[in-house]
Amino acid sequence: MSEWILFEVFVRSKHGLNHKHVGSVHAADANMALESARDLYTRRNEGVSIWVVPSAQITATAGDEKEPFFDPSQDKVYRHASFYELPDEVGHM
Amino acid sequence: MTDNKNDLIEYLLRLADNAMINGQRLCEWCGHAPALEEEMALMNVALDLVGQARNWYEYAAELLADGRDADRLAFTRDERDFRNTLLVEQPNGDYAVTTAKLFLFDAWHLHTLQALTASKDERIAAIAAKGVKEATYHLRRSGEWVERLGDGTEESRQRMLAAIDELWRFTGDLLAGDAIQQRLAEAGIAADAAAVAAAWQATVEQVFGATNLPVPQPSSYFYLDGKKGLHTEHLGILLAEMQFLQRAYPGATW
Repeated sequence: MSEWILFEVFVRSKHGLNHKHVGSVHAADANMALESARDLYTRRNEGVSIWVVPSAQITATAGDEKEPFFDPSQDKVYRHASFYELPDEVGHM
Repeated sequence: MTDNKNDLIEYLLRLADNAMINGQRLCEWCGHAPALEEEMALMNVALDLVGQARNWYEYAAELLADGRDADRLAFTRDERDFRNTLLVEQPNGDYAVTTAKLFLFDAWHLHTLQALTASKDERIAAIAAKGVKEATYHLRRSGEWVERLGDGTEESRQRMLAAIDELWRFTGDLLAGDAIQQRLAEAGIAADAAAVAAAWQATVEQVFGATNLPVPQPSSYFYLDGKKGLHTEHLGILLAEMQFLQRAYPGATW
């Protein structure tokens, strides 16, 4: 069991368009991860599709990168549609 | 028709008892499985089986019409009245034994249920159709585990070989038909034992073959027969635990 690796689990729900991260499982291989994910995360009729991805294959932002990664977007108000004033003639878009 | 009805009750009890005893055995892993993921998986399978047992028992109870319901059939019959195959009453052993036991049963179970979806008895066909989906998943899961242990480490392979060696003698009882099943099969109601056995053999050869696990020669005559109520010593102990509450406090509910 020491050789089991961690997989991240993504489930697409019945009415959902995209897979959402729901949690993780330990497994010896991808098939086992799929089955464990099915048993753990779709017990109550939640899903129609499951993806599993080895956690080690995910490249993630680090906690100490939060400021350079995300703070610069805080003051870019012009990136929001609501920043722009619409001429009255346009009416409701 | 009376004969036919008695045959049918007997056959339904076999299906019910196989699912019930296998489910009860699996529940012994609750709180003891090697990993949380496996525990959830095993309990899912166990509850699928108990649910199927309920469906078969309810049908049998209606035909019996002697006042006993599904619960009474499960919890108040004696060991000699149980019709399950010897395989499912065997102790869980290590994870290889549990896995091999499940796989050998699941292969038989799926092929049996698949055949029963074409039963002329509509009630049987409907229960089987629901069960086929569950059994398909059970076989996929247990088959992959056989392969995982079969070519995992040297120890896991040795354990799987030992498990097959220990359980194989019960497969004769699992696969054997008898006059009751034969009559029902000819009437288009039950699964044909020989056809199920052939499909079972092919599945076992495929899964064992994937990791070069040798398929033993067909199991020869065994002196016990689950269909006749002649069980190994393990069933009585299992029933003592399973039936304790209803035996000690008849009709208790909570």
